[in-house]
Amino acid sequence: MIDKLSHTTIWVLDQDEALEFYTQKLGCEVHTDATMDDFRWLTVILPDDMGHQLILLEPGPPMMDAETGEQVKALVAKGVLGPGAFWTKDCRATYAELSARGVNFLSEPEERFYGIEATLRDNSGNWFSMTQPSEEYANPRG
Amino acid sequence: MGTLRHSPYCLICEPLWGLRVTVEDGKVLASSDPADLWTRQHPRILRASSVGFRPMPDPIPVYIHLLRAKDLIDREYARPLDVPALAREAHASTAHFSRSFKRAFGETPHQYLQRRRIERAKELLRGTALSVTEISLEVGSRSLGSFSTAFRDLVGEPPSRYARRWRGERPPPIPACFTLMYTRPVGSSSFREAGARRSG
Repeated sequence: MIDKLSHTTIWVLDQDEALEFYTQKLGCEVHTDATMDDFRWLTVILPDDMGHQLILLEPGPPMMDAETGEQVKALVAKGVLGPGAFWTKDCRATYAELSARGVNFLSEPEERFYGIEATLRDNSGNWFSMTQPSEEYANPRG
Repeated sequence: MGTLRHSPYCLICEPLWGLRVTVEDGKVLASSDPADLWTRQHPRILRASSVGFRPMPDPIPVYIHLLRAKDLIDREYARPLDVPALAREAHASTAHFSRSFKRAFGETPHQYLQRRRIERAKELLRGTALSVTEISLEVGSRSLGSFSTAFRDLVGEPPSRYARRWRGERPPPIPACFTLMYTRPVGSSSFREAGARRSG
């Protein structure tokens, strides 16, 4: 049986700038930053979720040709990719904290049927939900 | 250093006819159009190649600026936003901005704003007890009449009927961030054509 999702790939325009954003703005910590030849394996984790690494990856060679890499970058920069949702214990407080650090929010915290939710963008263009889940949404089996 | 013999070209936009630009090592030093902020702020759009000045488009920084304007619409759709204000957010001239926006996102900024407002109105019609008039004001429409027309064009039925169909129903368990990102109404081809005529 599969236990959980442990890694998520996030396409970024520039690994250095993404690293600064994810650590300085979102509060992530570096898990691994390793370079082999031209390839840089860069992952970060949230302090309360050490078991899930976010892979900050630049599209391009050698995984894909340069032209395809530019196409993926264009999709990221146009803001169409949404890698997922973050959970937080206090959406309104985190919204205030991250806004003060200059994080771009697409929507302010609002009550939803599953909790309180705001929507943010990283500095590459990826969008995320940032949700404080309700008790029953977080634990559907009770 | 040299002056471009041909009009410079941006991948996203039309060739910038009539504009003369002085470049050095791919950097724009002077432009004949002082209003065209993009050639000054995005020198990488124009690059000098080894054989004279051959334009080398670089869309990524353009997209980043266009996305700022698009995000502004998503955040502040209820304010009276106009295209010049959005263009300023993207550091572009108005005409340049509308064209670039359409190339990047497939519709003009005006159409995008309109569809965002109608999408937000649909959300309010589904989930609140506000009247159609209140909702039209809530999403930034100037009049109930123009709101209702735009709603019918985009959704295919009047707002009152849409509200009747949904109110009393349990809303589908779809996260709101996804309705925000994915459920702007597409509308009829006549809406798209009318919007294209209005653009700018």
